[in-house]
Amino acid sequence: MDELLQILSRDARIPIPDLAAMTGRSEDDVRAAIAEYERRGTILRYRAVLNPEHIDAANGKVRAWIEVNVTPQRGLGFDAIAERIYRFPEVKSCYLLSGGYDLLLMVECDSLHQVGAFVAEKLATQENVTRTATHFLLKIYKQDDDIFHGGDSSERLPVSP
Amino acid sequence: MSSSPYHPHTVAPRVTRISHVVENLPPSGIRAFFDLVMSMDDVISLGVGEPDFVTPWRIREASIFAIEKGYTSYTSNRGMPELLREISSWLARSYDLHYNPSQHIIITVGVSEALDLAMRAIINPGDEVIVPEPAYVSYAPTVALAGGIPVSLPTWHVPGFKITPDALDQRISSRTRAVVINYPANPTGTSYSRAELEALAAVIRKHDLLLLSDEVYDQLSYDAPHIPIATLPGMYDRTLYFNGFSKAYAMTGYRLGFACGPEPIISAMIKIHQYTMLCAPIISQMAAIEALRNATPDVREMVAEYNRRRRFIVHALNLAGLPCHLPEGAFYAFPSIAPTGMDGVTFATRLLQEERVAVVPGTAFGPGGSSFIRIAYAASFDNLREAARRITRFVARHAPHAVSPSTALAS
Repeated sequence: MDELLQILSRDARIPIPDLAAMTGRSEDDVRAAIAEYERRGTILRYRAVLNPEHIDAANGKVRAWIEVNVTPQRGLGFDAIAERIYRFPEVKSCYLLSGGYDLLLMVECDSLHQVGAFVAEKLATQENVTRTATHFLLKIYKQDDDIFHGGDSSERLPVSP
Repeated sequence: MSSSPYHPHTVAPRVTRISHVVENLPPSGIRAFFDLVMSMDDVISLGVGEPDFVTPWRIREASIFAIEKGYTSYTSNRGMPELLREISSWLARSYDLHYNPSQHIIITVGVSEALDLAMRAIINPGDEVIVPEPAYVSYAPTVALAGGIPVSLPTWHVPGFKITPDALDQRISSRTRAVVINYPANPTGTSYSRAELEALAAVIRKHDLLLLSDEVYDQLSYDAPHIPIATLPGMYDRTLYFNGFSKAYAMTGYRLGFACGPEPIISAMIKIHQYTMLCAPIISQMAAIEALRNATPDVREMVAEYNRRRRFIVHALNLAGLPCHLPEGAFYAFPSIAPTGMDGVTFATRLLQEERVAVVPGTAFGPGGSSFIRIAYAASFDNLREAARRITRFVARHAPHAVSPSTALAS
């Protein structure tokens, strides 16, 4: 991966002159490269990473991971049914996986009740869905490289040879 | 018996109970500055000669496992056979450098102990050892403690602070026993190309000297692959190669290093080691096995991060008006502060007091270093960026003419 993308994927707010200095490229070169990545859709968007523990607690949000078994459709495979499911706004992520089930969804709702209603009314009733298993989130230890539980701490001497 | 004004000692008290050698060792150039830094809050420190990363988890986990399994005993003096084999095979696959694990390698408590053992193993009273300057603080004192005479080879005015063959040749006398080289270097980050190493090796061979090569920063080489000087023609039998786990694997507190070289010298070092240290800690040795087997991806990630910081800080220092060569390795930048008209101690002290940024005065690495400071960029990028801002402001305030025109325009 281009070093520029590695840096931006961790911190998208580093100013262009700093990015240029860090990568040893010219500012114009960096600016052009980023514009090209944005145009091609390699960089989809820039956003802040929020601490879900703060946000979920404040808003009373509930998150759940749902395993879904589906019967693939002739000629369409899993794509059509996956699309029917991921278009619901409650579904924040949707993956097709190998193994004991087919789709893995992450859904976010305002209450347990709403998650239950989504599963009972929207998901399990889909014609090709044969089974669902819902797991509610209790605690986040680590997400996208960020550790939410303690973490490393060490004290170095402030000056050493 | 306690003394009192009424019962004065009848025997004149000794002037000192400290040996002449130790009494005459110069005090650490860092100590006084360290005390000043410790007395202040909210300081961004770029004065630390160790990684800011914590040891990669897989290595820490291996240490915990070692303790759980009861690995808490002595090991053989030379070191655990398993680790000796890992070191041997790592050197072979990294550098095509071949040492027999049961003859040519000793595992030590950091490179520091290995250097001390080497000096004691090779020096007779009055022998001279050539030490480049600027250099890591331990070389000259370990020579002196072993009864030798450290002979300084200043490189302050050579571009990139490099040892040149002519300068080396001129420092060699009939009493010269060995030469110390360290690359990538602390405090300058300087490293050497194959051609430059060839030229130095020719001088070493011509005078039939021993070379002590401290290559502990080898994996922190950014622009060109590191070349151990022991791999050059005719150098294998006259080189003592030093490396360790502190820098590349962020394992400073584990205190683990090693030395490789001719069997008679390694055996002599083991003789001293068995009486003075016995062995390196087994927990650290177990951790090092994991480091060599599986931590290469962790090292690669840290090196990529250091490289970004290196380019950033060197660029920022030059813009600020402090001329700084791009160091090839390690995690230090070594800018000149001559444009400010201050000496290094004044610069470092005032920068600390006025802007709360700690750097190390160049004189800590040799008496000729009064117009340099060492900046360790093993610090988080946020801290580095803020420190660069403060240093730029500091230089602009004290030496407005020094700041590069493009910075002045930008601000």
